Amino acid sequence: MSTPILPPGLAIQKADERIMTLNVGPQHPGSGHMRIIVQIDGDYIVACDPDPGYVHRGEEKMAEYRNYVLNVPHLERPVIHDSCNVLYPYVLGVEELLGLEVTERAKYIRVIAAELNRCVYTMYWLAIYGIFLGHSTMFMWPAGDRELLIDLLEKMTGARVTHSYFIPGGIRNDLPANFEDVCLRQVNYFEKRIKEYADVFYENPILISRTEKTGVLTRENAIRLGTTGSVLRASGVDYDVRKKEPYDVYDELDFETNVMKSGDSYARSRIPWLDMMESCRIIRDALQKMPKSGSVRVKLKPNPKGGFDSVYKRVESGRGALGCYIVSDKKPEPYRVKLSVPSFRNLIALPHLLIGEKLGNMPSTYWSLNYWPVEADR
Amino acid sequence: MSVIAPNFKLSEFIKSILDVGFWTLLIFVLIGLPLVFIVLFVIEMPVINGEILTPFLALTWLADPSRILPIVKAFMTTDLFRIAAFPGFGFAALIAASTIFVERKMMAKLQLRVGPFYCGKLEGILQLMGDGLKLISKEIIIPAKADKPIFWAAPVLFVGTAAAFVALIPVAPGWVVADVDVGLLAVFAVIGFFPIITILSAWAANSKFPFIGGIRALFQMVSFEIPLILSFLGVVIVTGTLNLSEIAASQSSFPWIVFFPIGAIIFFITMLAELERIPFDLPEAESEIVAGWLTELSGMLYGLVQFGTYLKLYAFAGLFVVIFLGGWNGPMIVPPFPAEIITEGIQMGPVTAQFPGLPVFTQEMLNGTIWFVIKTVGVIFFIILPRGVFPRIRVDMLLDLGWTKLIGLAFVNIFIALGLLYAGILGPGGLF
Repeated sequence: MSTPILPPGLAIQKADERIMTLNVGPQHPGSGHMRIIVQIDGDYIVACDPDPGYVHRGEEKMAEYRNYVLNVPHLERPVIHDSCNVLYPYVLGVEELLGLEVTERAKYIRVIAAELNRCVYTMYWLAIYGIFLGHSTMFMWPAGDRELLIDLLEKMTGARVTHSYFIPGGIRNDLPANFEDVCLRQVNYFEKRIKEYADVFYENPILISRTEKTGVLTRENAIRLGTTGSVLRASGVDYDVRKKEPYDVYDELDFETNVMKSGDSYARSRIPWLDMMESCRIIRDALQKMPKSGSVRVKLKPNPKGGFDSVYKRVESGRGALGCYIVSDKKPEPYRVKLSVPSFRNLIALPHLLIGEKLGNMPSTYWSLNYWPVEADR
Repeated sequence: MSVIAPNFKLSEFIKSILDVGFWTLLIFVLIGLPLVFIVLFVIEMPVINGEILTPFLALTWLADPSRILPIVKAFMTTDLFRIAAFPGFGFAALIAASTIFVERKMMAKLQLRVGPFYCGKLEGILQLMGDGLKLISKEIIIPAKADKPIFWAAPVLFVGTAAAFVALIPVAPGWVVADVDVGLLAVFAVIGFFPIITILSAWAANSKFPFIGGIRALFQMVSFEIPLILSFLGVVIVTGTLNLSEIAASQSSFPWIVFFPIGAIIFFITMLAELERIPFDLPEAESEIVAGWLTELSGMLYGLVQFGTYLKLYAFAGLFVVIFLGGWNGPMIVPPFPAEIITEGIQMGPVTAQFPGLPVFTQEMLNGTIWFVIKTVGVIFFIILPRGVFPRIRVDMLLDLGWTKLIGLAFVNIFIALGLLYAGILGPGGLF
């Protein structure tokens, strides 16, 4: 008689009675749309198996049946809070395939929208990081201050989350009248607000003692496992796509990358917060350097076609390097669109970080990896 | 054909009214009246104007309203009133309920929210009632493999134990449900039940997350009971009594927090841990273990545990006030009862009404209650406040705090007490 093959996590563990298997997710307040199968011995985690794939939507396959412009609204769905940055590599790639020249003003507006969107995403991430540590004030404050930037993006694009703002050949519409002043005022206030988070959250002794020296990812392991973005920078690797491979007008703008050496949970949570201040700096700089008038989009032919060609572009999203590989075969639809997402790369580090940790460190370590389940599943 | 409303018939209407009247009268006569007589029989009858108050005499207040107040006063001296209304369960429940509302509003203001707003005209003041109704009307789901009797009993026992704790807290001079000489030991006996109930509930649910939460609660409560006991040994050494009323009365000139600030701080921290409040809410850490030992509780079982938790919160705050903040002592702010009302009565036009039995409460009792409530509310405020400021701490940090730091500090506090006693500053024959 053959024993039925159970999915991992449902199998009964008879080998060692001390080990208890916990299914954290998919219906658990401490997981996203995913499951982490954790085996604990007392309070210590002995094995960890992340199980993504609950929200797979087949975005890449869908992209093969729509033309280059129709792909815009659905390719931003994986991360609706960071929709501009998700579209960015696709739009850059399509522009190269079709040979479109984007105007200077459109490039600057794209950078402003992308940086605003990065802050919106990071605030949402920070809110959940707060509630994962049991800090309910840190859940409410970022969720409220995020509205400032959502209002700005609504003025720019007409939508609060899924903007569909970047299109091949520029942006969908020009800025509204008097946008520069409103943007500057809101961004300055936003920066003042996030600096206040230091008092209640980042300098909080309990938070520091809870997250420091937990889930340490060394510099070598961070490179070996292929992590990106804030996780990589928290481990002491100074890598930012905006600096190393500047796209659009990032090489003309004045900003720094934040690097921390320790590679622990605390550093990984602090880097996105510091990045938000840099984003404010980029927005202010871009508003100043932006051409005050001009066209913002190139007129496209209906059903544009590329040649037999392929292109790979990547940008720095809110979570890390986000790449897009497009193959065209002289048809209106792309032959293949592949999104290389940072969330999935960062998730790979989770089992390595959790083994040997205490159960209480699981939520903070998991969420400090800047992981967005829907993006990883695509 | 759908019937929206049946046609109105006067005869049916009159018949229904008569029906209701008949059944009301029948139930009143068969059940209500015997019940009233049983209650009056249990209560010790006072002597008013030289005659023992019988139930029949008690009903004469319908004819002679001046008898109401003596009967009310006689009722207030009974144990039933003390347990059910003041200073027992009713009073504590009122404070616990207002604590829940104030906590929600306060956290909302701290987090730039509005909080309860729509239920009730004034700032959502009826929200709690709505929540209670919702919890009562919800289905109680019990896990299939749960140990049903214990799973049912644990929330009820939790409220019962919390109410027993409330009974030991003196509110005003002479106003305490159980005035026992070993008051503080009785407090420990009662507190010792909470971890047992918690682990029973967690074990009976037969589920993984409640089990981990229950074990965490057990760790936390057991390891923080020791510093809790040690933290007020200083006060016990100096006063030489375990009776809570006597400890409160001994602070008529100054509260003990003046001499034992370390003890008060230890007591406050251990209190937060015993109450499972942030930053010590590990047994209910929702991002790690869903809702801890409350995960499988549903409907009113969950409501009972929450209610018991807030009763416990009031009792702990009251204990802190009694031991360290002087209990009911405070400057006299209640004006004395006007004597001419007792001697002359109240002029109401041509009639002068006499009310035998006034004043209902003494001046000391009212003043003591007001000071006790003010201090307790202040302590509750400081218990709520960390929830808006701190994240949750971890189990190993918690145990480290309890077993090494707090116990060490508690011994420092005891040595301070012994020093003050032997230096002749405090205690019998001391300066104060």
